[in-house]
Amino acid sequence: MEFVETKLGFQEPDVPPESVFNQCVRCGLCLPTCPTYVETLVETSGPRGRIALIKAVSEGRLDLTSPGFMHQMSECLDCRACEAVCPSGVAYGRLLEPARTQIERATAERRPLFARLVRGFALGMLFSNMALMRFAAALLRFYQRSGLRRFAHESGLLRGLNLESLEALAPAMSRRFFVPSGELRRTTHGVSKATAFMHAGCVMHVAFAEVDEATVRVLTRCGCDVVTPRDQGCCGAIAVHAGEMELGRKLAKRNIESFERSGADVYVVNAAGCGSTLKEYGHLFEADTAWSERASAFSAKVRDVTEFLDAIGIAPELGRIDGVVTYQEPCHLAHAQRITAAPRRLLASIPGLILREMDESSLCCGSAGIYNVTQPEMAGRLQERKVANIVAVDPAFVATANPGCALQVAAGIRKAGRAIEVKHIVELLDEAYAAYKPTSRASSARAASTLA
Amino acid sequence: MIVSLAPRVVGELREIAGAPHVLTAVEDLIAYGYDATWYEARPVAVVLPATTAEVAAVHRLATRERIALVPRAMGSGLSGGSVPLEGSLILAVPRMNRILEIDEVNRVAIVQSGVINAALQDAVESRGLFYPPDPSSLRQSAIGGNVAENAGGARCLKYGVTADYVVALEIVLPDGTIVRTGGKMLKNATGYDLRALYAGAEGTLGTITEITLRLLPKPRFTRTALAAFARIDDATATVRAVMASGLLPASIELMDRLTIRCVEENAPAGLPLGSDAVLLFAVDGNYEAIVDEELATIAEIASAHGATETRVAASAAESARLWEARRAVSPALARRTPNKLGEDVCVPLSEIGEMVRRIREIAQRYDLQIPVFGHAGDGNLHPNILCDRRNREEMVRVRAAAREIFEAAVALGGTLSGEHGIGLLKKQFIELDVGSAALGLMRRIKDAVDPLGIMNPGKIFPDPGGADAFDLP
Repeated sequence: MEFVETKLGFQEPDVPPESVFNQCVRCGLCLPTCPTYVETLVETSGPRGRIALIKAVSEGRLDLTSPGFMHQMSECLDCRACEAVCPSGVAYGRLLEPARTQIERATAERRPLFARLVRGFALGMLFSNMALMRFAAALLRFYQRSGLRRFAHESGLLRGLNLESLEALAPAMSRRFFVPSGELRRTTHGVSKATAFMHAGCVMHVAFAEVDEATVRVLTRCGCDVVTPRDQGCCGAIAVHAGEMELGRKLAKRNIESFERSGADVYVVNAAGCGSTLKEYGHLFEADTAWSERASAFSAKVRDVTEFLDAIGIAPELGRIDGVVTYQEPCHLAHAQRITAAPRRLLASIPGLILREMDESSLCCGSAGIYNVTQPEMAGRLQERKVANIVAVDPAFVATANPGCALQVAAGIRKAGRAIEVKHIVELLDEAYAAYKPTSRASSARAASTLA
Repeated sequence: MIVSLAPRVVGELREIAGAPHVLTAVEDLIAYGYDATWYEARPVAVVLPATTAEVAAVHRLATRERIALVPRAMGSGLSGGSVPLEGSLILAVPRMNRILEIDEVNRVAIVQSGVINAALQDAVESRGLFYPPDPSSLRQSAIGGNVAENAGGARCLKYGVTADYVVALEIVLPDGTIVRTGGKMLKNATGYDLRALYAGAEGTLGTITEITLRLLPKPRFTRTALAAFARIDDATATVRAVMASGLLPASIELMDRLTIRCVEENAPAGLPLGSDAVLLFAVDGNYEAIVDEELATIAEIASAHGATETRVAASAAESARLWEARRAVSPALARRTPNKLGEDVCVPLSEIGEMVRRIREIAQRYDLQIPVFGHAGDGNLHPNILCDRRNREEMVRVRAAAREIFEAAVALGGTLSGEHGIGLLKKQFIELDVGSAALGLMRRIKDAVDPLGIMNPGKIFPDPGGADAFDLP
């Protein structure tokens, strides 16, 4: 007699599409590009192995909640490096995200109540309501900047509550938040080339407000009108990557409506992770014909700020920044959006700045959204690897284009005891514009014309 | 056949390689069950040793316990060579990934078997040296696997295949004995050539742990040119004429109409869509003027044979894009249908036009799409039969067409496999090619080296029942 064990499989909706995983011919070209594969050298921890596991669950050969499957779906950084090199065109992200959603749905009730509450609050409230996020950020800022933080550390309170690692992950809050005001900022130079919708972001506008401000200044400096509507919100990346597709769709709808109402020509984003999610809104609504068209039309207007500036041509009045810069490529810029040349061209255009490439510049640094929390060990290994590659080129600056990378790289550099500044490309441009003095050539040209 | 290892054996494996390097979870067994063909099987466990001593210890254990062993590097093979049949234990070498030495005077590199081909190429080229074998999988395949399958590549036309570069090997025999054969010298006429025996043995005679490879000085200039044709016959005639002209390009690659379309859908490289075929030429050398002159001569020959367009890549970037596109052909074909059967026939150069004609005729007769691409300059073609394995009726035609392609290659004085090996994919056809006497000799060698039959069972040699490799799950 044969005993057939029933395996828990995928349930509609949000099932990893067979048409996507069947496209994998298992050539293995993805393996050397996968951060977790190169760290472990284990097939299961690579894209080809993970696709095989998703296929196995789909075909009833593996249980959705088997520990190895759940581990692999969580250990994957969703960095999409595999997707960028895949000659067969396997859209890996469209497998992983639904697979995580399936696991999330099947295991939600198994989580401890406290963890469920924290997750529910973070995703359902904080990332859904920007005013609430600013309120929480203001509390966090008070905690970080008053004596409270020191007290919490020294008293052992954090350790007692088991919140030490979580607390260390919270980024330092900006002194002043970047609050979308709804007003239109006119270009400071010449006739407007385009009206840009400025995506303020969720984490960005409270922890990287200075990058948001620099973005507005650089855009207006380069001939754009900029509008920052109040009714925009989080892009939904955190929710989608955590397997909360429904919430992701809700947040997406809000941004689509906000952009449609704004009348802007282009939707500009300065966080690569947000940009790739915004550009893929179409996939979120595949089963919803009413919204899928609007979502695709919206996505077609989304531009990363580096991509946009490179396309419109930046104002040439850049001052000097002397030093070596190396470029840490955000996965969601290089792999998910396939933007690699524009950021480098922008950096190279700054006088005095020398771009020196590090090894493995497009290998994930281990930040990957909430990966630090879910996979601290692998995140740490990748952070160390990244910092070693950075230190090897001995730069003054690391340029990047995503908040997660900036935090992860800066933390790694601090741990290594190095003094290397981490900057968004837009910040470097902003500083270069601020440092601009009419050059000697320009002034001598003026002198010459006076003489004539 | 065993379906799982005794806990005692798993314990011993953990002692040998360290507990984290012995995998028995069902997820791991799924992930180590395939290569780049469509075959899948499930190993009983996976062990990832880090040293030759550990490999030898695994072999001794396998011999004592009569466990089948399948050496595996990156699992990127195209013949099913590393698919673990009959409850095998996978012995995976990716942790053995160190380049041990690059000796510039003797012009050799010593590597462990898990070193990726491209990593070796980068390392030697940074010192002005050159390792020519360049299988299309060079970014993901490892040298150990390259040797085991005797991999080729585009540059083999001028430079030869992997086996031509192996000057020494460290091999672990099935019973765990470590054999070192050869050395850093380039000539060696002492005894049987064991290096040649193990190159292409597909892991059926032992595990390769360390390889010494001959290197060349890197040619200072490499140029790429492309020629497009309205008729594929003109392309193959051009290949023959170029080779008869006394020139020796590094590569002459052929891509037919359907291949061109798949490549351009994957990553546009500027191939002329609508052509019946294109040829991609690489010419290298130390004198720029001579390289350019040879390329011009090739372009003239192509034009004289009806090329509708000839174009020299203007920059290194354009050239790199064309070769990346060429290397991506095999997986890019998967954009068309769920599955493909990639063949690897090799015929004498004089017969290449006839081989292409016969493939097209077979495709038409069986109503199948069979794009053809490959290393036309050395007679090695990759007809890929596009198919859907779920369609039983179609698979009957696919099987018949595959057999006819093999028969055609052999009839033209060619062989079943130029560079992928026999593995599972072609084992039922091997006798057709080598004949019973040679096959008998191969079997006697196998039995002498591996009397227990534990090394990579079910590969190369046909199944006694005559079952077809297509019947596998």
